[in-house]
Amino acid sequence: MGRKLLLDKAHIEGIRYFDTYRSNGGYAAAEKALKTLGPDGVLDEVKKSGLRGRGGAGFPTGLKWSFIAKPEGVPRYLVCNADESEPGTFKDRYLMEFIPHLLIEGLLISSFALGANSCYIYIRGEYAWIPDILEQAIAEAKNKGWLGKNIQGSGFDLEIYVQRGAGAYICGEETALIESLEGKRGNPRIKPPFPAVKGLWQSPTVVNNVETLAAVVPIINIGGDEYIKYGTGKSTGTKLISACGNINKPGVYEIEMNISVEEFIYSDEYCGGIKNNKRLKACIPGGSSVPVLPANLLLKTAKGETRMMTYESLADGGFATGSMLGSGGFIVMDEDQCIVRNTLTFARFYHHESCGQCSPCREGTGWMKKVLHNIEYGKGKMSDIDLLWDIQRKIEGNTICPLGDAAAWPVAAAIRHFRDEFEWHVANPEESQTRNFGLAHYADPLPVPTPAAV
Amino acid sequence: MAEEIKLFKVKIDNISVEVEPGTTILNAARKIGGEVVPPAMCYYSKLQGSGGKCRTCLVKVSKGSDADPRPMPKLVASCRTTVMDGMEVANITSPEVLDARKGVVEFLLLNHPLDCPVCDQAGECHLQDLSYEHGADSTRYEFKRRTFDKVDLGDHIKLHMTRCILCYRCVYTADQLTEKREHGILGRGDASEISTYISQSLDNDFIGNVIDVCPVGALTDQTFRFKNRVWFLKPVDAHRNCENPKCCGKTVLWMRGDEIFRVTARKDKYGEVEDFICDTCRFDKKDAKDWIIEGPRKIERNSVISQGHYVNTVKPKDPLVEVLDGRQPRLLFDIHSESKVNRPDIELSKIDGPAHSDDFKK
Repeated sequence: MGRKLLLDKAHIEGIRYFDTYRSNGGYAAAEKALKTLGPDGVLDEVKKSGLRGRGGAGFPTGLKWSFIAKPEGVPRYLVCNADESEPGTFKDRYLMEFIPHLLIEGLLISSFALGANSCYIYIRGEYAWIPDILEQAIAEAKNKGWLGKNIQGSGFDLEIYVQRGAGAYICGEETALIESLEGKRGNPRIKPPFPAVKGLWQSPTVVNNVETLAAVVPIINIGGDEYIKYGTGKSTGTKLISACGNINKPGVYEIEMNISVEEFIYSDEYCGGIKNNKRLKACIPGGSSVPVLPANLLLKTAKGETRMMTYESLADGGFATGSMLGSGGFIVMDEDQCIVRNTLTFARFYHHESCGQCSPCREGTGWMKKVLHNIEYGKGKMSDIDLLWDIQRKIEGNTICPLGDAAAWPVAAAIRHFRDEFEWHVANPEESQTRNFGLAHYADPLPVPTPAAV
Repeated sequence: MAEEIKLFKVKIDNISVEVEPGTTILNAARKIGGEVVPPAMCYYSKLQGSGGKCRTCLVKVSKGSDADPRPMPKLVASCRTTVMDGMEVANITSPEVLDARKGVVEFLLLNHPLDCPVCDQAGECHLQDLSYEHGADSTRYEFKRRTFDKVDLGDHIKLHMTRCILCYRCVYTADQLTEKREHGILGRGDASEISTYISQSLDNDFIGNVIDVCPVGALTDQTFRFKNRVWFLKPVDAHRNCENPKCCGKTVLWMRGDEIFRVTARKDKYGEVEDFICDTCRFDKKDAKDWIIEGPRKIERNSVISQGHYVNTVKPKDPLVEVLDGRQPRLLFDIHSESKVNRPDIELSKIDGPAHSDDFKK
């Protein structure tokens, strides 16, 4: 059994409510932070823990917090990004639904460290029932003196507000989230200035993912030095993975970042293998926007090493032969899945969700969708594959926010690793309407370069 | 004595320039001028917060600054990135930038109808210039282009959303020049459109400026629509004492003979207006008597308007005066008084069929 830090108490009945949470050791970390550590102590522990942002980019949280500008007389804000809209990712929902107090405790500690007296939870509109759960938990915590004025006699004030989004993927981007929170159209801002300098209402702001803020609680509980013993290398601690696709046991799993991808897919503790005893064809290891990997590259890196569920190992080989851990939306595809169709689905999603502010993303995503639609429905040309490659190349890196990259990467990776399948679709337009390309050679072991004998 | 501001040294395409801290790369390049100036479709120096959206002004920062010489990882929008001391920027010397710009132009033209032959903006359209300079000669887009219905924004402005490239300039103009915010973007992605809140008509003293700031033919002047091509008109500088205190009254009249076809604000060589003018000047004063004409306007942009109009034109001399050694030629007889055909009292249109010499003998 892997060790757990976030979901270790998730099975306890009634953990959603304050009393149960408190009697099971809840708010001990907050007490420790407020009474003994102080803001700088909390920041030190988080820095020591090596915690990396769990929203997708994997930026060190302690570093992010230390960037926040501290001008006199200007309020600072902490914003919790609960706009979890990445297809394949549903870990934050689990956290907020079942242990809301863990998040609230994390917000309390983080706000204390940052010196923020107002904190916002921006939650996606589709999670319609969760704001009620959160608001109930906030009211409970306030009643017991863990929120509001002068928390537990420490002199620290904190109010937490829950704000619902209106169902836009782009509002998960931190500056678009801030715009939306201010009541404007959710268009990403042009950076710099970064939110740490000018964020919400032109004040210094830190935007963190739900899981990142929740992970602050075990860090304070066990200490940064102990936390670093979990996981491997720079991927410290535990990570929530939302596994879905053609697996026996889809769901949210907390993993310690020291297991291999193969173990995660096939062990009974986690995904429990591929459904109906099919073979693994491909996998998107970190939510829809990270590059898709064929089975052979997923389980072993290009160097022939076993691929682990860590930030570094999944990114090994760059985008040529690697992918990203991203937000932890683990999508598994078996041999019956069509990569072209899957890519079309993502392209359609990103076209739908593009905010329309900058031209490459606004026009390019729609174009990619239309070209992919043609290929999928047997109307494609061979030149379309190169055209797609050229379009994605011209979107990537040329946009205001990372949505352009997120739209370009899945297409790029699909063509990079599954070009045969695209070509088969074009060459056999009629056959491709009735059957799938199948597994082909995508699970064959790759030749590993060996050093020449001396 | 005011403290002297330390100027930042910037190198753009290996040309050094010293600018004040806080200047953007684009404005530093404009200080140099010439070909190193990146094109800008959405940035407008008179409008706060504009820029960063069209991505045509992308440049490569090959050296961040003297203090931190690392290059920037991505191409940056030069209109919104401020310079640092010792920064080195590559614009036309970087193939990567030119390639990205070509891509952006292709994206901008993807859903553009390319109806230049019937578009009033043709000849002074930034998108035309941009695609001429940076675009490909044909499109790779094989799908139906998105279209919208034409909308009247008030009595004077026509919105042709199909041509729009969503630069947001008009939104900022409406926001910053007028008191009410009633004009913005609806929808998202490539379905987003400029619109007014529940089809409100725009009736503000300065709303006509959205026509001037529009880089393409999406917002056009209803009083000028389909009247003439801009390159057939002669632009002249003119002014009047406008009653509106916020209006400068300095305009460009676009004339043909004595007729004023349209009135616009004065634009500099980057197509940006020098000063905004009010709607009365723009739409209602179409009589030459209303204006004090200063002289011909030189259009500095490399468009057809400036071709052969005023630049380096030499008025042909009458050689006869020279031949006759300064004497004026003597009038032998006036053909009009001799000709039997010249009969102004005969109305030609009232003659049945083609005119015949017999008709003039009556």
